[in-house]
Amino acid sequence: MTEDISPLLGRLGPDALPLYSWVAMGGAMVTVAGGLGFLAIVTWLGKWRELWSGWITSVDHKRIGIMYIVLALIMLIRGFVDAIMMRLQQALAMDGGGYLPPEHFEQIFSSHGTIMIFFMAMPFVTGLMNFAVPLQIGARDVAFPVMNSISFWLTAAGAGLVLVSLVIGKFSTAGWTGYPPYSGVQFTPGVGVDYWIWAVLVSGVGSTLTGINFVVTILRKRTTGMTLMHMPMFTWTALCSSILIVFAFPALTVVTAMLALDRTVGTHFFTNDGGGNVMNFMNLFWIWGHPEVYILILPAFGIFSEVVATFSSKRLFGYPSLVYATMVIAVLSFTVWLHHFFTMGAGANVNAIFGIATMVIAVPTGVKVFDWLFTMYRGRIRFEPPMLFTLGFMCLFVVGGMSGVLLAIPPINYATHNTTFLVAHFHNMIIPGALFGYVAGYMYWFPKAFGFRLDRNWGARAFWFWFTGFILAFMPLYVIGLMGMPRRMESYANPDWQPWLIIAFLGACLILLGIVSLGIQLWVSVRDRVRLAAEADDPWDGRTLEWSTSSPPPAWNYTELPIVSVRDSFHEAKLTGKPIPTAPLTASIHVPRNTAVGPVIGFAGFCVGFGVIWFIWWLAAVGLALVATTLIARSFADDTESEAFPGRGTGIS
Amino acid sequence: MTGPIAEAEKLLLLKASGLMLLVVVPVILMALAFAWRYRATNDRAAYSPDWDRSRVVEITVWGIPAIMVGLLATMVWDKTHALDPYKPLPGGEPLLVQAVALNWKWLFIYPDHGIATVNELAIPADRPVSFRVTSQVAMNSFIIPDLGGQIYAMAGMETQLNLQANEPGKMQGRNMQFSGTGFPQQTFDVLAMTEADFDGWIERVRASDQALDDRSFAEISQPSIAAPVTYFASAPQGFFAGLLAGSADMPHAADTTAEGAGN
Repeated sequence: MTEDISPLLGRLGPDALPLYSWVAMGGAMVTVAGGLGFLAIVTWLGKWRELWSGWITSVDHKRIGIMYIVLALIMLIRGFVDAIMMRLQQALAMDGGGYLPPEHFEQIFSSHGTIMIFFMAMPFVTGLMNFAVPLQIGARDVAFPVMNSISFWLTAAGAGLVLVSLVIGKFSTAGWTGYPPYSGVQFTPGVGVDYWIWAVLVSGVGSTLTGINFVVTILRKRTTGMTLMHMPMFTWTALCSSILIVFAFPALTVVTAMLALDRTVGTHFFTNDGGGNVMNFMNLFWIWGHPEVYILILPAFGIFSEVVATFSSKRLFGYPSLVYATMVIAVLSFTVWLHHFFTMGAGANVNAIFGIATMVIAVPTGVKVFDWLFTMYRGRIRFEPPMLFTLGFMCLFVVGGMSGVLLAIPPINYATHNTTFLVAHFHNMIIPGALFGYVAGYMYWFPKAFGFRLDRNWGARAFWFWFTGFILAFMPLYVIGLMGMPRRMESYANPDWQPWLIIAFLGACLILLGIVSLGIQLWVSVRDRVRLAAEADDPWDGRTLEWSTSSPPPAWNYTELPIVSVRDSFHEAKLTGKPIPTAPLTASIHVPRNTAVGPVIGFAGFCVGFGVIWFIWWLAAVGLALVATTLIARSFADDTESEAFPGRGTGIS
Repeated sequence: MTGPIAEAEKLLLLKASGLMLLVVVPVILMALAFAWRYRATNDRAAYSPDWDRSRVVEITVWGIPAIMVGLLATMVWDKTHALDPYKPLPGGEPLLVQAVALNWKWLFIYPDHGIATVNELAIPADRPVSFRVTSQVAMNSFIIPDLGGQIYAMAGMETQLNLQANEPGKMQGRNMQFSGTGFPQQTFDVLAMTEADFDGWIERVRASDQALDDRSFAEISQPSIAAPVTYFASAPQGFFAGLLAGSADMPHAADTTAEGAGN
């Protein structure tokens, strides 16, 4: 390497500023202005103390959950800006038109995918799990509240690295999958791929800790009588998802660390020369990557299950089937990773077996869809926004499932791999499949979190924009994918593709209106919060335990822990008119004290990442030392809990 | 323009789609119909709030997808073997073409004729073509959409693809795997011709004043976008094997080149 590396600033210099394109410069300025604006508003309102003690250092699972979702919504906007910029570029880019230089377009498709998977979908699903799972199982908190805070701040640190890359240096151009050898130093020197690696690595450690936390929480912290087969469906899916996280994320951590070693230290795991083998990267990446799809989508299935039963005013149909189907999906998700590279030249037996294994997943998934349909059958369906998103999901998801099975047929995959058909397929799974579920969950549990409902009309508008926008944006990609259009094209010469790409851009514009509607909904609801606070403890005629406590719940969730003996225990209690029995409080409640351990370790993780990216070795060393000293210091802390005295506003209904 | 592989893949796509639509369409209709029929404002519809199990429904909802997947699975097993990219096509001795991905262009070597080209692939129509594919740069993916099939091109490794064109005509092939700035323009013309025209094309390439050797290869290896078509009147025997061996010190790469690494 010939570049100058200063001991103080590594390879960081004035050329790190995004002066290469006015669009990049604009993005950087918006990011900086957003950050400064946030600091200014907090200072102006004098809210620093509240922010620090109420949120940043909080270890309350509900507040951590809310922070996760705020992070997810911010990153949703950031990732969507990338998306609509790409759509506009491709709508214009016939014969070299368009407004984005190739180098910028490449960063955008890389950051779009990275952000949407790692910093939108993962925080969203983790936030919903954080908020709802302990409430649903009648627990006072998660098993490891401080570790929970560390998980969040590591995720935030990863997101911070992606945001910083917009201003200082460049982001990766290697796509969200970062395939070598392209992502090796030979083809992509500079800091871009390093930003991708360290953002994924740091946040991935946080995700692994979350998985451990929730497996233990769900298995060990259930209240009396909450047997596994009494658990709400969302908790079941959160359990399966957490188990998948524990097994899958280490593979991602290892593979990104190996790529980092190749790039930074000069090893040869995945290089073209020196005995490296790129195929090992693909295998390790997708051994994480395929379960990741189910990590994202299973909890969404859980939300759809809650929503469809609640708003159909009916018991969930086929609960045991749904539990078994979820478990089957979780296990099978580890047996199909090779379908991401059928075109790598494996033999027909191998490809056929992985293709069939992939299709087998369609069986339990199909069962789930039918069970939701039969939950609606002979129900009394209320079309509140969460239910609209669920119905939209059912109609669109089966289309995505069908294209998924087509892609799982190896000979069809040979023709459609790497085309926009594939792009349309996975967006069809992740937008209607996962994101619609998260938005439904956000609107469903919002009154529990804040004590007032979200505005119904704007929720419905958001749904219709998202629904129609999705169809317009992605159905054309199926068509041009079959016509042979590759993904990741900065420009193209085939005039037959352009009309479809213009339609897709219009679809993206409708999705923009969907996002704006979500924003207006939040604004209007906060304004009308007094009116919307009516019956906020149980606004939907809920069935599961979380609706039996107050909205918002006290820090300790339940003053007296409920004793359950049936599924849908709250619904049964309302039906029989007898409140859920509780275990009398024999001692005071202990709640974990706030601690700065989480934010400090998150900050340290950011420093390690930033330091290694820019070769600022002292900063990386300081970051590592900070992690070690914080953990050691924490291990000496004895007084980690405070007594809480339930008084006013505990709100047991 | 098409070929037997592309036709078979398209037929498979239609068959599998048709089979699945038998389930997908009813599911969408059921979702809409149930939602409408059992809307809360419809007092006339039946309401069974505790109905949550039915043996008949359970068997059906596990059974239908299982039967569907069973049918598709037999299809997958048969067709994955029938359309294996490595499987030689019937219809006589195939034309052997070695394809090398470079930044951002394709080098084609015709070992049986001792010639090579950049960004132009001529093949005889109605005769199988057998490709040997590798990359000298990042991973690429070789495809001629009209003929079907697709295979990765990876440095130090050789992959194979067997295709055939039904009739003479012009098509486009390309790299499908993003590999950097020149990726969108990394295409090449595919000219399917009659045997007589193909022989004439070989002669035209042989008339070129350029030869493929280490020096000219170093030249075309320089990254360039939308490189012009270039003909090389000669290409040394074993050049492709030499690339496989040279780009990696891997033991297995050396093995595959033991017979022909003679330059």
